[in-house]
Amino acid sequence: MVAADDFLAALGLGLGHNATVVVLGCAAFGLAAGLVGCFVLLRGRALIADVAAHATLPGVAAAFIGATLAGADPRNLWLLMAGGAASAALGTLAVRAATATGRVRDDAAMALVLSAGFGLGVVLMSVVQSRPTGGQAGLAHFILGQAAGMAEAEARALGMLAAGAVAMVLLLFNPLRTLCFDEAFAAATGLPVRLLDLALMALMLLVAVAGLRAVGLILVVALMVIPAVTARLVTDRLGVMAALASLFGAVSGWVGAALSAAAPGLPTGAVVTLVACALFVAALLLSPGRGVLAALLRHARLSWRIARDHFLRGAWEELERQRLGPDGAFAAAAVAEAWGWGPARLALVTCAARAAGLLTAAGEPGFLRLTEEGTALARGVVRRHRVWEIYLTRAGGVRAFAAHRGADLIEHTLPPEVEAEVEAWLAAADPALAREPVPPPVEGSLGHGARA
Amino acid sequence: MTLAEFFQLDLVPMLAALLTCVTCGLLGTLLLLTRNSMMGDAISHAVLPGIAAGFWLTGTRAALPMVAGAIAAAVLAVALIGLIRRLARLEAGAAMGVVFSGLFALGLLMLVWSGAERVDLDLDCVLFGILETLVWPEATGFGSLLDAEALAALPPELMLLAAIFAVTLLVLALLWKELRLAAFDPGFGRVIGFDPRPVRALLMLLIAAACVASFWAVGSILVIAALIGPAAIARLLTDRYAMTFVLAAAAGAGIALAGYGAAALLPAALGAAQGFNAAGMIAVMAGLGFALAAAVSPFRASAFRRRRAAASRG
Repeated sequence: MVAADDFLAALGLGLGHNATVVVLGCAAFGLAAGLVGCFVLLRGRALIADVAAHATLPGVAAAFIGATLAGADPRNLWLLMAGGAASAALGTLAVRAATATGRVRDDAAMALVLSAGFGLGVVLMSVVQSRPTGGQAGLAHFILGQAAGMAEAEARALGMLAAGAVAMVLLLFNPLRTLCFDEAFAAATGLPVRLLDLALMALMLLVAVAGLRAVGLILVVALMVIPAVTARLVTDRLGVMAALASLFGAVSGWVGAALSAAAPGLPTGAVVTLVACALFVAALLLSPGRGVLAALLRHARLSWRIARDHFLRGAWEELERQRLGPDGAFAAAAVAEAWGWGPARLALVTCAARAAGLLTAAGEPGFLRLTEEGTALARGVVRRHRVWEIYLTRAGGVRAFAAHRGADLIEHTLPPEVEAEVEAWLAAADPALAREPVPPPVEGSLGHGARA
Repeated sequence: MTLAEFFQLDLVPMLAALLTCVTCGLLGTLLLLTRNSMMGDAISHAVLPGIAAGFWLTGTRAALPMVAGAIAAAVLAVALIGLIRRLARLEAGAAMGVVFSGLFALGLLMLVWSGAERVDLDLDCVLFGILETLVWPEATGFGSLLDAEALAALPPELMLLAAIFAVTLLVLALLWKELRLAAFDPGFGRVIGFDPRPVRALLMLLIAAACVASFWAVGSILVIAALIGPAAIARLLTDRYAMTFVLAAAAGAGIALAGYGAAALLPAALGAAQGFNAAGMIAVMAGLGFALAAAVSPFRASAFRRRRAAASRG
């Protein structure tokens, strides 16, 4: 299990030279992957990245075999990575060729190339194993990653990759943004769309190959997609999204590598991915714009406003029916009946409305009275509803009984500009009616408490 | 190689590969036709935590808890993908990328933590399958096929595969029409009062079960080749619904036998010391089969041109 002291030490880069190299290398890789992943994601290429990552395996294994046969050192990491990059590029071309048959969609083509490429890699690995000269020499580590063995030169290379990715994105930010959001427009303005796409693909391949050591080929896609998606949840601005995705990627790499340095049995790639997932879940729950909690809160607020408006209008109509003024006492049960509410809902709404200072008890049990504030609000609510009904019947040609329902559906979400426009229309069409603080209900609209 | 050796060492893995590829080929055809190919990819990754949880709860490699766990994980994955797509307004590919890589990572950690490695449920099995270890030491020859005692000693993995194969055939036979409607025109289905969702849910359950069963044979990543390869090959060769299934089953059988055969025979030809990985070879055969089918496809561009030229001459 994870030793907390070791984890904190590794997090603060204090767990020895090797752990520090691994933590920094993984963080640099996370940064590069998060940044590049942003654009890959927005170009709709998330799954192509997965295909490319899986398709590195045959290249790595073939490079190993080739080096052995040629008498070179088969453990030369750069050679293996070059092989991986070449076969990953071939894999993306193979997807294009398979889709070009016109008989299978790109998702099927990607699944096929991904598994066939991985399969070829597995076969070549078993070829390596079957040769008398050497074992698999850690080739299997490329599948799930083995960050622990990262050398200083590799970490430095990952740092350079991250710096290069940042430089390229800074340099090409505007063209890339145009490309991501509107390819046709980008082409029309004379941007070299194919060249940009190619640059992005090249960067993606580099990241895929660079991730072999840090997280392994199966989970490279996780570090490209998850931080980018997390950033997308938090912001709508591309610049902020790119910065946040880099940050989330770097944090995932940093914390994940520190965790796995403290618990050497754990596969680094899986830990890094799960840290990225934790950030994602946090953003999914807490993001101010798109988060689950924010959505629930918005929903609850809207539900409350609708229930409050309904109750106030019901109360107003009940008072009208009893021919009482706005300060009269009305039976809460009558309002509930008009809306078809059960006792629990009625209790909830009246409680909240009393807490908000809109209602007071009227002495008699079960009877309520509108406060001054409540009266003002109710007047506005009823006026809005009726003006809208009048507009729908007179200008919209809607029949009266349907107008009531239509007004019910839309009045809670009308923006103020539309309300002002409808008021202006009424002032021009029927000035006398418009001057009434609360116009009478439209004839036959069922609006007068007599709900079916 | 003697006959007894063949029965002991090669028959069961070959049958397992065959059952895997034919079952997955049939199910994959439905995936392909309902445009859900990547869902197979997602499920094959996502079943891993379910399998690990099934092992965790029982401490053995018993099939049923693992199938149940995998189905639960697959259902969870599908639900999560839908939820994330809706909440984050993401395209399907990105939502799947998040869910399946996350669940796969979780499954890896669970496997390492639960100590499942002690009972052959190690990462190699996840990645490459254990086709080669499915031996039948009790077999002596053709007689063993009728010998109840020897049959009882068949590896349970093979029994599970056979059971899933039978269920798949049964579902295809019983729901032939419904599956066709769900695949081709769910809109029309809704109009005539047919809800395609239960059929699709059943398909996902079957695929999860097939993924677990095939998992032992070919590993979780190569199962994708078995799901999509035969179906894609069949699509290249025919436009007819029933024919697609027949061809997919045939292609599945073909790539299984060709892959297993190549893995067993190539090393000797190349002078290598031991056999190549059969599961990987099957995936390679799926890719080669697709390329071959694309070259002879009656729907390829050159074939179209030739037919049009012939039509305009005649």
